[in-house]
Amino acid sequence: MAAVQDGQVESDAEKETKPDASNDVAGNSSGGARSMSPNAASSASGAAKAAAPTGPGEQQTLLAVLQFLKRSKLLESVDILRREAGLSDELDESQTNDGAAAGSASLLRRVSVGGAAATNIAATTTSKGAEDQPDVSIVLSAYSQQGDPALYQVYYSGLKNFIESVLDCHRAELSQLFYPLFVHMYLELVYNNHEHEAKVFFEKFSGDQECYYRDDLRVLSGLTKKEHMKGNETLLDFRTSKFVLRISRDSYQLLKRHLQERQNNQIWLIIQEHLYIDIFDGMPRSKSQIDSMSGSLAGEARREANKAKVYYGLLKEPEIEVPLDDEDDEAENEEGKPKKKKPKKDNLGSKNKKQDPNAPQQNRIPLPELKDSDKLDKIMSMKEATKKIRLGPDTLPSICFYTFLNAYQGLTSVDVTDDSSLIAGGFADSTVRVWSVTPKKLRKVKSAADLNLIDKEADDVLERIMDEKTASESKILYGHSGPVYGISFSPDRNYLLSSSEDGTVRLWSLQTFTCLVGYKGHNYPVWDTQFSPYGYYFVSGGHDRIARLWATDHYQPLRMFAGHLADITCTHFHPNSNYVATGSADRTVRLWDVLNGNCVRIFSGHKGPIHSLAFSPNGKYVASGATDGRVLLWDIGHGLMIGELKGHTDTVYALKFSRDGEILASGSMDGTVRLWDALKAFDVETDDFTAATGHIHLPDNSQELLLGTYMTKSTPVIHLHFTRRNLLLAAGGYNSQ
Amino acid sequence: MAEREERRFAEVSRDSVKLMAESAGVEVGDEVAALLAEDVCYRLREAAQNSSQFMRHAKRRKLTVEDFNRALRWSNVEAVCGYGAQDALPFRPAKEGELFFVEDRDVNLVNLALATNIPNGCAETMVRVHVSYLDGKGNLEPQGTVPSAVQSLSEDLLKYYQQITRAILGEDPHLMKVALLDLQTNSKIAALLPYFVYVISGVKSVSHDLEQLNRLLHMVKSLVQNPYLYLGSYVRSLVSSVMYCILEPLAASINPLNDHWTLRDYAALLLSHIFWTHGDLVSGLYHQILLSLQKVLSDPVRPLCSHYGAVVGLHALGWKAVERVLYPHLPAYWANLQAVLDDYSVSNAQVKADGHKVYGAILVAVERLLKMKALSLSKPAEGGVGGQQGTAGGVLGFRESSPGLSPPPEPLSEAGLGIASHLQAGGAGCPWEDWTPVPLPAMYCELYSFFGDSLAVRFSTGPELEGCLPALPCQPADARKETVANAAAGLDNSRKMPQLTANLNISPRPDGSPHTEPPPPSLAGDGLNAEDTFHDVHRVPGQRSAGPSRDVFPKARFPPPQAGPPSFSFLIGGRQMGRRCQGRRFQTSFGPQPPLASLPPRAYAHKLPVIGRVSKPVRRWTCSHYSLHLPL
Repeated sequence: MAAVQDGQVESDAEKETKPDASNDVAGNSSGGARSMSPNAASSASGAAKAAAPTGPGEQQTLLAVLQFLKRSKLLESVDILRREAGLSDELDESQTNDGAAAGSASLLRRVSVGGAAATNIAATTTSKGAEDQPDVSIVLSAYSQQGDPALYQVYYSGLKNFIESVLDCHRAELSQLFYPLFVHMYLELVYNNHEHEAKVFFEKFSGDQECYYRDDLRVLSGLTKKEHMKGNETLLDFRTSKFVLRISRDSYQLLKRHLQERQNNQIWLIIQEHLYIDIFDGMPRSKSQIDSMSGSLAGEARREANKAKVYYGLLKEPEIEVPLDDEDDEAENEEGKPKKKKPKKDNLGSKNKKQDPNAPQQNRIPLPELKDSDKLDKIMSMKEATKKIRLGPDTLPSICFYTFLNAYQGLTSVDVTDDSSLIAGGFADSTVRVWSVTPKKLRKVKSAADLNLIDKEADDVLERIMDEKTASESKILYGHSGPVYGISFSPDRNYLLSSSEDGTVRLWSLQTFTCLVGYKGHNYPVWDTQFSPYGYYFVSGGHDRIARLWATDHYQPLRMFAGHLADITCTHFHPNSNYVATGSADRTVRLWDVLNGNCVRIFSGHKGPIHSLAFSPNGKYVASGATDGRVLLWDIGHGLMIGELKGHTDTVYALKFSRDGEILASGSMDGTVRLWDALKAFDVETDDFTAATGHIHLPDNSQELLLGTYMTKSTPVIHLHFTRRNLLLAAGGYNSQ
Repeated sequence: MAEREERRFAEVSRDSVKLMAESAGVEVGDEVAALLAEDVCYRLREAAQNSSQFMRHAKRRKLTVEDFNRALRWSNVEAVCGYGAQDALPFRPAKEGELFFVEDRDVNLVNLALATNIPNGCAETMVRVHVSYLDGKGNLEPQGTVPSAVQSLSEDLLKYYQQITRAILGEDPHLMKVALLDLQTNSKIAALLPYFVYVISGVKSVSHDLEQLNRLLHMVKSLVQNPYLYLGSYVRSLVSSVMYCILEPLAASINPLNDHWTLRDYAALLLSHIFWTHGDLVSGLYHQILLSLQKVLSDPVRPLCSHYGAVVGLHALGWKAVERVLYPHLPAYWANLQAVLDDYSVSNAQVKADGHKVYGAILVAVERLLKMKALSLSKPAEGGVGGQQGTAGGVLGFRESSPGLSPPPEPLSEAGLGIASHLQAGGAGCPWEDWTPVPLPAMYCELYSFFGDSLAVRFSTGPELEGCLPALPCQPADARKETVANAAAGLDNSRKMPQLTANLNISPRPDGSPHTEPPPPSLAGDGLNAEDTFHDVHRVPGQRSAGPSRDVFPKARFPPPQAGPPSFSFLIGGRQMGRRCQGRRFQTSFGPQPPLASLPPRAYAHKLPVIGRVSKPVRRWTCSHYSLHLPL
């Protein structure tokens, strides 16, 4: 390509003429020769193409599309587009018939570049570029020929010198610029086929980047060719989304002044185009404050992203008040000890009467009606709850470990029912296995023919429909065609969901132990799925970066939550079922509103893909664990990070709050279960200022919060569950290697 | 795309691409190859990075080929087949040239098809629960203990196991001997113990086949004698298998031609052996054995062969057992037996023959009981010396007379004290001290009433014990008996000394009470060292008196060097029974040593292993004459 050769020629020339000492001079002169200061640039380009109502960049794009359509002989579309865009034939014709189509081609290539630079290049390439046809993909891409590749290093080190020389308070903030600038400059170099320069650039400056970007840098360093950029998802994200930085107004002014002084329009352009700088008034943040929040693929969350009101309160449970009486009576009659339960039920009833101001409307989203069996179960659970042990730093839970032995197939996921009666494992050999952990064996319902025979009026009809011959301790569910990465029991224990690499989510009946529905929608591996705490709804998320909300009786999703920049690795329902949290490989946690599908919270701060989520039982907090072994705690109401639990040495795959929320248990690949003092961790006062600015001071008190570390023998902990009486169940597959 | 100066990643070289192109029949230019190489590198990296996602979601640390294939499928690339093996493939350089290849070993399909070691299938996936931490404190039990199915046997062990079992249960007697010997001495088979025990527990399924039963019992013996095996609670299982052979009305006994009596004798012998050497591993074992023997004996419905088994079993366990179980039962039992013996009908012939067997067994047991009783009574009066001496003699005599076809278990003589020590220590039965035996005269009278003259005759036949009977009622006879014993011992001296030699220098002598009797120890110390080929542990005093240190002994059971006892023998009288009597061989070793248990101090005890060395059973005994229940 013309531009390439041109660039290389120039770079060679530069190399010879430019000694290090004259960096700035060279940079300035060349920059100055071809374009003006950042502010001037846009006005110049605006002047050049003022005629077009949509702005120069977009017009170029349109023209390119037109060209493409013409080439593809889609003439009708061309007409329509032309009409709609208000482009005249003449303009188009004049461009294409210019005789020097290359001029337009190279022009088109620049979406938003200063006019001077464009003409410069156009002039130099006019003769060569005739064969160059404008290409949509090129036009649409955000990178274009910019300046002198050899000078990138100069620009970057110039900025580096500047940032290192500013006052300490600003330095930390401005240092945030390094990483996004580095990446974008590198990609520009690669995009424009300056492979060698790109490599030198990478080697020179990659060492300066924060260590938590290491994984991204590794991907980046593997990428040395323009062709590779297509289809590389990580980079696609980088190009399409703006990297968000939070910088105080003072620091920003400082930076702006510097860039204007130096006429460093290259960097300025990148900042304008690819970065989103969230300016706030007030004190610049400290390094630790910045570090705690940064690390995600697209920088920090914008402040306004976390401003929406979230109804994090719990729904009151109306069904307990009236129906409980009947059901309770029934239960009592069966058990023959009616007196004991009455007062208890009253307590529960009164407790549920006060409405949580933060709770959503009861009917904000429609929830399934409770069936009789659900009510019975609720009663059971309450009875159990009264026997529950109050945990605390002094009374730690007992831990039972469910070890999956001989799991040669590879245990990939585990779930336990709320009443801890069943445990299910998803395996890499595409099977789902369900075990009964109580003496009660698993039985199938009889076949239809046999069901006809039974007496439907009998009291024990529910017992009679079960086929005693099929009783066994475990059942295997076959149906998936890839590893089962996520499973979830329905709250009523009648169904089981499984999500698999084959792109489907399947719903299984635990009565017949057959597959009922295969939900197709994700075309890529589905990493996780979870039932709503009220049943009926479930959420799934996977490699396609879209979390979907489903209802069991709809074969298509009800909501699609799009916004993550990388795979969704875990999904979790808020206890009130109105929100869904998703953790992603883009290192953010997002909270989505089930009602309208909006993203209401973005939590950034993790330094690795997030693999576990847990809501506190009161719905106010969410904890997330990532591959870096850290657990972060978030206040949903304020949209703030409120704690960091360091201790695990490997991916945290399981998180669970105790039934009353006093203890947070975390299980990890490193084969340990750790217990944390959740009450103390949440006992952070958030003043208005912090809430408003989102600047948090995290106390480094992981060691104080850690209540215990419990080792397994070579068994990664992949699921945790608190029984209704607060006994902690942990599960994992024994790893014999 | 020149050569890179510095490598950030593993790269596929231009040459490799060319080579591969060539192998596919395509000629590729340098430039194209370089371009391709670079692209391949990138694609590989991309796939590797993508595959790590699958690894992470599978909650593994190890990237598998499967993960990589999934990543390839993502990007619409054909998966790589044939590399799914779990173990790593060795990547080797060829000697000549810089050629690398994945080693692909030839598999011999014939061997594979004919292989006998069928791989044990994967155990079923299961969930185990442990209470790992109670109230957040400490492990109650080691977490994640692996069930035995998980700790798989190594290939070699499995092979060994198969070979051994096949040899032992197979047809070739020579092979069997080799296998048994190895089983007895192999130090690396601890992991197989449960398997062998399981095999042995198969006695119940081969009760029709005497030969197999015999082989299984031999297997038991080998295991028991293997000094490197810690039997632990498997003792129980072994004992129950052996007891089965002793007591059950085996299918093989239906045919009168089958000599199941020998089997029972041998099993009884084995039982006592196990008990004396390993009884301490399981508490209450003695008591349990006695109980079950007693149960059989008191059950008139059981066939006579079961009763016979019970009697020989008791006999094997020592005269104490006889005194405590058999003797009290005798009156009741006698009536039944008498009825059988008095029935001269033809149809009863077979049963009657069996009855005579039982009669003989009882007679032998009772006779020993009387004799030992007499000895034990005499000893306290003599202050132990005589007792010991007498024991020595008694032991000797009977030992000689035991015609062990197969080598008797070495620690036989230990048995005598073993029982006592067990009683004392374990309290399995009533303690030795608390035992109030029936006075000897009364016992004799009662027994005489049953057996009549045959009892007396039998006593008189034993040369060394001649004196016993007359002496029975009166203590004074002790002296005479002692002399008799001494005389007997004198005969043995040549044999007895040697084993005393090594040990007795350190020996219990100093502390060892007033040993007045002249010959054995001192002599041993002196001249007979040269003859130490004659070592025979059974008569080592240390061993006899090793009661307190019995627990030491079993752990130090070394395969003893073959002792070469002199061809010294007693003819007790009657017909030689050959093989039949091997079970009795060590009856005699239950001397009245127990009282001596207090004698040997600990200092002596630790010498026992050395002593134990010489306890090799002797083949020669086979030729000794022995007859007890012959008259039948």
